Amino acid sequence: MSLAMRFETDTGTLPARPERQAEPVLRAEGLSRKYGPVTVLSDVTLDILPGEIHAIIGENGAGKSTFMRLLSGYIEPTQGMLSMAGNRVRFTKPDQAQAAGIALVHQEILLAEALTVTDNLFLGRELTRGGLVDDKGMRHVAAAKLAEIGCAVSPTSLVRDISLADRQLVQIARALLDEHRLVIFDEPTAVLTGEEVERLLAIIFGLKSRGIAVLYISHRLDEVQRLADKVTVLRDGKMVGTYPGHSLSQFDMARLMVGRELAALYPQKRAVRTNQPMLSVRNARVPGYVQDVSFTVHKGEILGFAGMIGAGRTELFEGILGLRPANAAIELNGSPVHIRSQREAMDAGIGYLTEDRKGKGLLLQEELAPNLTLSALARFHPGLMVRRRSEAQALAQAVSSYDIRVKSLNVKAGQLSGGNQQKLLLAKVLLTEPSVVVIDEPTRGIDIANKAQIYAFIQELVAQGKACVVISSEMQELVGICDRIVVMREGRISGEVSGEAMTESNIALLATSERGHDVDPGGKL
Amino acid sequence: MTALTSSTPARTERQYHVSWADAGPFLALVALLVIGFLVNPDFLSATNLGNVVTRSAYVAIIAVGATFVISSGGLDLSVGSMVAFIAGITIMFMNMMAPSLGLWAIPAGMAMAVAAGLLCGLANGLIVTVGRIEPFIATLGTMGIFRALITYMTNGGTIPIDRSLREAYRPVYFGTLAGIPVPILISAVVASIGAFVLYKTKYGRKCAAVGANEDVARYSGISVIKTRTIAFVIQGVCVAVAAICYVPRLGAATPTTGVLWELQVITAVVIGGTALRGGKGHIWGTVAGAVILELIANLMVLSDFVSEYLVAAVQGVIIIIAMLVQRFSK
Repeated sequence: MSLAMRFETDTGTLPARPERQAEPVLRAEGLSRKYGPVTVLSDVTLDILPGEIHAIIGENGAGKSTFMRLLSGYIEPTQGMLSMAGNRVRFTKPDQAQAAGIALVHQEILLAEALTVTDNLFLGRELTRGGLVDDKGMRHVAAAKLAEIGCAVSPTSLVRDISLADRQLVQIARALLDEHRLVIFDEPTAVLTGEEVERLLAIIFGLKSRGIAVLYISHRLDEVQRLADKVTVLRDGKMVGTYPGHSLSQFDMARLMVGRELAALYPQKRAVRTNQPMLSVRNARVPGYVQDVSFTVHKGEILGFAGMIGAGRTELFEGILGLRPANAAIELNGSPVHIRSQREAMDAGIGYLTEDRKGKGLLLQEELAPNLTLSALARFHPGLMVRRRSEAQALAQAVSSYDIRVKSLNVKAGQLSGGNQQKLLLAKVLLTEPSVVVIDEPTRGIDIANKAQIYAFIQELVAQGKACVVISSEMQELVGICDRIVVMREGRISGEVSGEAMTESNIALLATSERGHDVDPGGKL
Repeated sequence: MTALTSSTPARTERQYHVSWADAGPFLALVALLVIGFLVNPDFLSATNLGNVVTRSAYVAIIAVGATFVISSGGLDLSVGSMVAFIAGITIMFMNMMAPSLGLWAIPAGMAMAVAAGLLCGLANGLIVTVGRIEPFIATLGTMGIFRALITYMTNGGTIPIDRSLREAYRPVYFGTLAGIPVPILISAVVASIGAFVLYKTKYGRKCAAVGANEDVARYSGISVIKTRTIAFVIQGVCVAVAAICYVPRLGAATPTTGVLWELQVITAVVIGGTALRGGKGHIWGTVAGAVILELIANLMVLSDFVSEYLVAAVQGVIIIIAMLVQRFSK
């Protein structure tokens, strides 16, 4: 069995040699990928050396995931080639990349919850003994592997019973079970909290010290700065360049990622904020997610909600808006309202743009007009029947007002690009004429030009006298557009920043540490 | 909303394009007619076709309701037993009322049938939506319940309709209006109403949205529970209408009334082009599907290729093929 961990690479001698002389574990030359006429990645050339941590950074949609999928055999390049240790390789299937020693740690947790940790580690490659599954042997190897990466769960626990962070570690153990020369981490810290991130970084440094090459894909610049020997920046599917890790500040990285458009991305802030409370929420509780959250958003204000994934931001608003069980005292324009369903929230004048555009926002198989009016059927079609005529007019109006780029008005929503889908979703929610608009991840997975437009639309909304709540995992975005930012951590509000104090580092401290203001900022980075 | 960017208003004309998937059931229907003619020229005679379409009427009527249920993401296996149960109740009620109401017992019984269908559908709907039981399991349960109730009511035998009512009720199945058999007219009316509701009303929109993606519907402020429950109620009413047409045909309800109709109904919906996983429903496709099934059964009787005892087997094969086509044409 090849599961015993043997590393035949020149692990022992490697650190002593100068880096330049080492043969790259993996070399990508002119790697490109097109989908039809659309180029999502073009001409990426880089070397990954043994014992090197190579970070790939870029904004959403920059091509990081495509690059990772090319390396691990999920898709094939349309141009360019890969070579490992000097030999050209072609992967048409993920198993081939795996067999060549490329291990991939997925961003999403892909484990079977009803099975044990051991079962998951060996799923599809069970050890056998005399033709039967060798449970004892597998438990043994699993225990050793888990101990190696410092994961304390029992190999016999069911995955559904262990924490999210432990699941991530199990997933890493699974990737490391096979012999590997290059380990790819795709946004591994997205679900982890501060302490768990530290544990993960220790694992990665452990790999490095054994001469394993690591490709680290992330948009968390602080982690990248601590880890990376080299940083390759992607922007809009193109390679900006590869830089020595320690030569770049976080600001440099952000500048390289966003490019020249950084300044133009966010609209000039306008002072339209008033002191008139529009939506005020007291003691909101969402069982299992949010404890005792209170906040107020004013007419003309853009209020940001920051925090790590899992901090309970989305759940808070889904609770307030009747999409999941919750308790909260809600006042809208000074009068108390009782909201038990999304319908009642809409009728009260609160609109919500979900973060899950494709799964919860739009009917991808439907045409644009039915999507546009779906939330506003009653308002839009008084009486029994659907009025196609006025629906078509509304669509034409929305397409021009929100600059939704479509070839024809009869296409299906699923055929639009992410940015255009988001604009359609915005139009759909605004058709219910809300006075408060809650936008969850306004620019997830959309390109920079569309981002800038969405920001402008949000500003237009508050200029019209609406109040706006923006939930985002991109701190830069919140700092760029909000008047004030509430930071959540583990289901509670951990602080609030506005004005000069509204910086990414302040938000990060509040989002990650127990008592943000007590932590020395220098020690954290 | 003020125009944030000004551009020329986009063109709003709508193109109506017919896809192969939409036209499929009708093309199959035509193909069957041609094959039937080649096999046996009598097949295309007005009498034979009239009989075939008349016999397909019940399945068509029930399948219109099933189109709503399936389109909204549900499934109703209980329709066959429900027909028998409602037919039984209706006959018992009519017989009971006949001495006092005379012929008025017939319309009273019909009203009773519709009320019973409404309640049966409501029960199915509430078990599925409020009880959060898989539609497959919920209606499997009620299928057993309805079947047992009709067997109990008939004591294993038959409930015949009162002699005094038989003649007056006969035309509902055997009669014609302007030369068209009454059951065909009734199914045409039911299908027209169904098409109107599904395509032209807000409820139809909600139904398709709930079936296509329950989350999107919920996040759009649509009550999934209400929408799905109403679909089951529509199904119940359609079953009642079918039962009303069915009673005069045999003049009795028996424990074997409506056996395996759920297979025919669901097959009709699926070959009509409605996806079993929910979404857009195709009422006219469903009607074509019901006629196709009856044509095939008729062909099997008229020709000697396959024993007519294998009709249900052929229908089973058809639904599986239709599902395979849906799977692989994606």
